[in-house]
Amino acid sequence: MKKLNLLFALVVLAALIIVPGFLKNYGIHMFTTWLVFIIATMGLNLTVGYAGQKSLGHAAFFGIGAYTVAIFLKAGLSFWLGLPVAALFCFVVGLALGFPALRVQTIYLAFATLGFNTALWLVMRNEEWLTGGTFGINNIARPSLGGISFDGNLAYYYLVLGFTVVLALLLWGLLRSPWGKAFTALRDNAIRAESLGIDTRSYTLLSFAIGAVYAGVAGGLYASQVQFIDPALFTVGASIMMYLMVVVGGPGYFLGPVLGSAVGVVLPEWLRFAQAWYLFVFGAAVVVLMIWLPDGLLSIPDRIKARRQSREASAARAAAGQGVKA
Amino acid sequence: MTQPVLKVTNIKKAYGAIQAVGGVSFEVRPGEIFGVIGPNGSGKTTLFNSMLGQITPDEGKIELNGQDVTTLGPLELNRRGVGRTFQTLQVFGKMTVRDNLIVAAQEHQGSMFSRMFAPSDSGLGAKADALIDQFHIRHVADKKAGELSYGQQKLVDIAMAFMSEPDLVLLDEPCAGVNPSLVGGISTLLKELNKTRKGSFVVIEHNMDFVMDLCHRIMVMVEGQVMAIGTPEEIRANKQVLDAYLGN
Repeated sequence: MKKLNLLFALVVLAALIIVPGFLKNYGIHMFTTWLVFIIATMGLNLTVGYAGQKSLGHAAFFGIGAYTVAIFLKAGLSFWLGLPVAALFCFVVGLALGFPALRVQTIYLAFATLGFNTALWLVMRNEEWLTGGTFGINNIARPSLGGISFDGNLAYYYLVLGFTVVLALLLWGLLRSPWGKAFTALRDNAIRAESLGIDTRSYTLLSFAIGAVYAGVAGGLYASQVQFIDPALFTVGASIMMYLMVVVGGPGYFLGPVLGSAVGVVLPEWLRFAQAWYLFVFGAAVVVLMIWLPDGLLSIPDRIKARRQSREASAARAAAGQGVKA
Repeated sequence: MTQPVLKVTNIKKAYGAIQAVGGVSFEVRPGEIFGVIGPNGSGKTTLFNSMLGQITPDEGKIELNGQDVTTLGPLELNRRGVGRTFQTLQVFGKMTVRDNLIVAAQEHQGSMFSRMFAPSDSGLGAKADALIDQFHIRHVADKKAGELSYGQQKLVDIAMAFMSEPDLVLLDEPCAGVNPSLVGGISTLLKELNKTRKGSFVVIEHNMDFVMDLCHRIMVMVEGQVMAIGTPEEIRANKQVLDAYLGN
């Protein structure tokens, strides 16, 4: 299974390096958007999939990251300063959002985070002096580094790819460390985890804060990618879409966000042939997927394995039964 | 005289008008296996939950190695050397057996920050393997705990409580739902662990043969009060206990 995952990751990485070179601007834009959402949903996967918390406020962090970078760039400051500040800001706000999770769980926590997203969205819409209100912020610049300009779409795509790979490796390292087991223990059985000395409060807060950092970085990259942001991008609907991406890919599967974001970002575009019906087809596809694969696309190998084991166990029982009769 | 590992003094806990525990006192000595028995509703679980920081008693004092821990929660108690098992299975079903054991002790290694950079097994691999062998679950060590039989999961559950080498282990009905053929095995294992690890155990259990065979001393609770404390022989011979609980 591990080899299969590694192979899948390498194939995806090779495709991400090679394919965009052959695409036109729109294709590159789609691939860049896909990567941005992979980063955002990697963070949400940590919060939801590994730590088992419910969050419908992820788009707010995406927005915080986007606005922080946009405001920094508008103020003549560097992208390379704005992005870490955005990440730090998201970490702090994410930590604060984690506090309700210490008191409420499941659907109640989802509503608390949904309320947070709505409040943040109202700030983005109403605080015109800072965010540009409904007009948003336009002409957001793209960065350069050491004489290399990322102004071009392809160059910017490779910059985002670099961020994606580095952030994926950092998350992989984190999940392989004892922290990964602690997050999983928190998700599977918080009471047992606490009885084993796992500080469930700290890990809950950290799962929100680290998840928020990933959303913030993704938002910052997205602002420079599309060069125009307004509050409509960061609504509760966007948070639900990100949650959907995690669930469709497979919550708690490391590569789940890669597939989930493809479904959320790329699939609707592929379905454009259905014209006015494309969103209906997309919705129907998601419904069917949830019925057949409630644990996401990456649960398919596990389901096949479980079915095989069940068949083998039945065969063994039948053989034992025949032995007794004989 | 040696200081007791656990000293419970006059613990009281009421739920509304119902006095679940009404002034219970006892001590657990180093290396002792202490049994708590009593009919349903006698206050065993409330007492257990008080000792484990799950609920705060209305009155009384709980001391661990001489320190007052009455108001501490489960996390702090674990950090101070208290391990526990639950009445129902509480393994992490999606983790392997080995990882279940590792996660049971990893938080005792270094600081939270240092654990972020620690190896996946927190350096506990050998210790986990030793317990796996002692519990005879080597053949399922790399299987997900949720895929095991009830009895195997129960063994994993008990093994987890011992991974951090606690001074005191509270076992809540270790034989509940277990196949009778495994009950003897659990008893042997606990005796072995008691001998090799020098820990003290408190065991709540309804299986009388198991308790009488395993425990050094037994406390009988009835209606939130202590009816008797003594060796298994003394408890068996106690007429009041026989009438109220053990019968013939």
